[in-house]
Amino acid sequence: MSTFTLFCLIVVLAVIGFFAGRHKVNSQSKPLHSLPRYYGTYVALFAFIPALLVLLVWLLASPIFLGKTIASQITADMIPEGGSAELVLSDVSRIAQGLRAGADNGLILTENINDTVNLAVLADVLASSGVFLGGELNPDVLQLALSYTDAAAFSHFLMICVVLGLAMAGFVFAYGRVNPEFWARNRVEQTYLGVLILAAGLAILTTAGIVLSMLFETINFFQLHEMRDFFFGLNWAPNFHGDSELSILPLLWGTLYISLVALLVAVPVGLFAAIYLSEYASKTVRSVAKPLLEVLAGIPTIVYGLFALITFGPFLKDWFGDGGFLGVNWMGDARSVATAGIVMGIMLIPFVSSLSDDIINAVPQALRDGSYGLGATQSETVKQVVLPAALPGIVGAILLAASRAIGETMIVVLGAGAIARFTGNPLEALTTITTRIVSQLTGDGDFNSPETLVAFALGLTLFVITLALNIVALYIVRKYREQYE
Amino acid sequence: MTASAKSKSLYDVSDHTKRRNAAEKRFRRYGQGAIMIGLLMLCMLVYTIVSKGTGAFQQTFVTLNVELLESKLDKKGNRDIEDIKKVTTFGYAPLINTAMEAAVSDHGVQSDLKSKEMAKIISKSAPAVMRDLVIADPSLIGQTVELKFLANSWIDGYLKGRVTRDSIANNKNVSSEQLDFVDLMVDAGVIYKGFNLNFILGADASDQRPEDAGIGVAMLGSLAMMVVVLVLALPIGVAASIYLEEFAPKNRITDIIEVNIANLAAVPSIVFGILGLAVFINTMELPQSAPLVGGLVLTLMTLPTIIISTRAALKAVPPSIRSAALGIGASKMQSVFHHVLPLAAPGILTGTIIGLAQALGETAPLLLIGMIGYIASNMPETIAQGFLSPNSAMPAQIYEWAKRADPAFYERAWGGIIILLVFLVTMNTIAVLLRRRFERRW
Amino acid sequence: MKDQAMTTLETSVTDQNNKFSANNVDVYYGETHAIKDVSVNIENNTVTAFIGPSGCGKSTFLRCLNRMNDTIDICRVTGDIRLDGEDIYNAKVDPVQLRAKVGMVFQKPNPFPKSIYDNIAYGPRIHGLFKTKADLDGIVENSLRRAAIWDEVKDRLDAPGTGLSGGQQQRICIARAIATAPDVLLMDEPCSALDPIATAQVEELIDELRENFSVVIVTHSMQQAARVSQKTAFFHMGNLVEFGDTTKIFTNPEDPRTESYITGRIG
Repeated sequence: MSTFTLFCLIVVLAVIGFFAGRHKVNSQSKPLHSLPRYYGTYVALFAFIPALLVLLVWLLASPIFLGKTIASQITADMIPEGGSAELVLSDVSRIAQGLRAGADNGLILTENINDTVNLAVLADVLASSGVFLGGELNPDVLQLALSYTDAAAFSHFLMICVVLGLAMAGFVFAYGRVNPEFWARNRVEQTYLGVLILAAGLAILTTAGIVLSMLFETINFFQLHEMRDFFFGLNWAPNFHGDSELSILPLLWGTLYISLVALLVAVPVGLFAAIYLSEYASKTVRSVAKPLLEVLAGIPTIVYGLFALITFGPFLKDWFGDGGFLGVNWMGDARSVATAGIVMGIMLIPFVSSLSDDIINAVPQALRDGSYGLGATQSETVKQVVLPAALPGIVGAILLAASRAIGETMIVVLGAGAIARFTGNPLEALTTITTRIVSQLTGDGDFNSPETLVAFALGLTLFVITLALNIVALYIVRKYREQYE
Repeated sequence: MTASAKSKSLYDVSDHTKRRNAAEKRFRRYGQGAIMIGLLMLCMLVYTIVSKGTGAFQQTFVTLNVELLESKLDKKGNRDIEDIKKVTTFGYAPLINTAMEAAVSDHGVQSDLKSKEMAKIISKSAPAVMRDLVIADPSLIGQTVELKFLANSWIDGYLKGRVTRDSIANNKNVSSEQLDFVDLMVDAGVIYKGFNLNFILGADASDQRPEDAGIGVAMLGSLAMMVVVLVLALPIGVAASIYLEEFAPKNRITDIIEVNIANLAAVPSIVFGILGLAVFINTMELPQSAPLVGGLVLTLMTLPTIIISTRAALKAVPPSIRSAALGIGASKMQSVFHHVLPLAAPGILTGTIIGLAQALGETAPLLLIGMIGYIASNMPETIAQGFLSPNSAMPAQIYEWAKRADPAFYERAWGGIIILLVFLVTMNTIAVLLRRRFERRW
Repeated sequence: MKDQAMTTLETSVTDQNNKFSANNVDVYYGETHAIKDVSVNIENNTVTAFIGPSGCGKSTFLRCLNRMNDTIDICRVTGDIRLDGEDIYNAKVDPVQLRAKVGMVFQKPNPFPKSIYDNIAYGPRIHGLFKTKADLDGIVENSLRRAAIWDEVKDRLDAPGTGLSGGQQQRICIARAIATAPDVLLMDEPCSALDPIATAQVEELIDELRENFSVVIVTHSMQQAARVSQKTAFFHMGNLVEFGDTTKIFTNPEDPRTESYITGRIG
């Protein structure tokens, strides 16, 4: 029985439960506490939810559990030269998968496989179901794969029994409790509430997932690589033969520098745009210009990245590069801090402007009136009353924009270059934390090498930086809003 | 009190006031300038996209009458499909050379090029196209059929003005003699530009054949991801919002959840990619590059957006509606599901569409779960395959093209962006229309 | 129009005792006709009260006197309003200078989120009314003294103005308006957001201000009008119903609508 069939079965059971529950109270002539359908729903929920939860947990946990069990049985002599226990383990699970597929296609009978079977034949069978082995099939590994298949089959069987049993038990229990005096609606609504709470809790779970997933790999990384080099070293020079220098500082410099350029573009333009829109623009201008500016925010970052790579970078190089219009040779590559930073700045303009616009609009009209009443011009009012009043909110908005710039990936991947160094020249290429995460995780390196794992340490650092910025920014904005509510 | 306005007539505008008014004008102009800069940037982007991308929707074709020689394709002459399949694409290539020669003499074109050189202007995909055709219908063998081949990307670029004789001076792939030949063939009507449906519906091709690359398969990948996002993010997001907005007690835990959601909305998307890689692929062992995984990652990313907009929509429903329902004896749950939720539905829908549009254009997390670097050359055959077998997604495909050094792929990338933007504009327009249509002021 | 205004006036616009003279003023908010043909004279060193039910146009008319309505796009003012005989809606008049001469205090105390000192110094700074820091200090102290709040805040001029109590805030706002040395002070329901004790303090202050300024106060409360003003104008539905000495309006109104209002039948 496949997992899908099992799922369908408990759904069917739940549907039957609904009708059975409803029928049971309907057939009695006593007055009901709740509408009949709540009695039906009560039975259905009891049959469905516990079974479903167990099913999900089982599906998630059993591969991990089985993997651990098998891993503990891998002995040193099974590991080929240059390989690792992890590779053997993944071989085992791939062979097991192939065996299962072969059995499903009727090519082999699982019961017949043992070490007397010709290994070459077996390899062919595996190949036909899409499992290609790098080297020769090690009989020990095959044995492990066989016991893995057995264990998996047993686990699956056990899961079916438990899930179905639970569904039935829930059904019977709930059906037994249903009677006209029973407060079915309240029970059903409690269950709904539980589901709602679970959904809200997913946010916490996601954050926990982010932190934990990166934390574990980061700890692995620090076991392989010196923490001091990561945080305080001065070089980023990954080397897939080992002995890499993996320091975050040059990357952090690139990230901050590019973000700074982006903010230098986005903050003045965005802020003045917001001031103009909220204080000066007529209704018609506002209704046209504001959505048009916001279009800039809706354009996917890949578009900006492409723009930086293909249009803006070469444009800058035409001016500042070798043989450029300015006759200076300041720019070697089209990819540079300025390329990525300015394009990112364009992307952030609407981000700054709409946040600031909201914040400026939240400044009470009474303050403006007070200033006009004293004979201040509009710009004096804006500069000396509105902006100071809105300052905390605007600072919050700029911090949010900064966190966006720091975490931005596509524009820097395509436009910033890949050279990690400390340079102050905005026309030179630099690299950032996000680009290195991408390149370390999409490279061909072994997953458990420090060169790959460093991506998790970088990711965690990035997460912590942006989280800190966000928390501070949101706190400031929140306080600011409360002030004028 | 030097500049005191007190003694003077109102009709005299003092110098001080004049200076202030000049400053006022300047300030105003800064504001206008900022708006202009923003709009200018938008125009520049749109112009770049349109001017560079529209080329991808046009493609250069070569029409040839090809005689599918029995002696080459089915030597035994028994039309046994297995024997026909044994003829590789190499067996088909000479047919094209012959057909090209025939076309040249038919149209009276004079050229010193050898037929092999002439045939090189046709895409490397041509023999495979012919082979597929013959295998699908072996009865064609022995006949002469008119076939429309793709010209290779250099020729295509030449007709679109991307490739010039200067730019190919040291190019091994194409010679200026070939371009002369192409000019003649264009005049003869054998080579011409036409609408490129294959770009919209087709599959990606290897980096040898930019002319054959299409975004259709990646589009399916994106579609599958959007289905996953919609199916998961909408119900979970709405459920979470209902709890937080209607039921949650005001306490520390609720506070933490709220701060958490606000922060998740601002977490860099690449971090979600790392999460997806670590949790979905490494721990749960879901297949790499699968739209299902992409969809799950994007779901987590979109959830905060949907929750925030749903809560705003719920908040906009006035409390009097809730009181009215509670007043006639509805339970809290009933008042929410029967009254508040339907009234908030347009707002929720709008927020969801905007969240989906964001997810559709997102690239960074897809990089990490392996939807990049994969050549999406096969259409998924079943729905399950659509979700589980490796695929790309539109923005990932665009990135992939942007990375390939050949400028012919840049054109594809911009063209892909046009298609992506058409989807985004459509979605956002629907959202705006929905908002207008159902906007309600209490 | 000007001629007509001249002829219909009982007292001449050049009368030394008149600060403001408004003739045949109409105000439109888009389609709405908010003020209908209102003519009023406001005298020097007098407190003039505008009373009437909500929405009667009294605040709108007040805001015409220093062109605060200019900041509202859809508002249109016609008619003739003169300050010391000069037409304030003349194209040559910069509203910015006008507002320095005609200060305004609002319904809700609205100190800027700055220090008390900076609040008061704001007007003199933008209008350039001082040469040295000592001048400015003098203006600030003088204004605060005249607003009867110097003693309460002299030790904390650097504290934010928003930290004071409502009554103190409103007196800061009055001091802020005084600091630009205006001729007229417009007050739009200055006590409506204050508690009774603060109200009493502000009313007392208004009476003292009469010595140096001409004060126009819009109020909801008839008792307040009776307590602080010498002249009272009663507005109803955009019309000026009756204008005259406060004692007369409250004891012996001519118009039946005025009588109904002050006896509490409308409003």
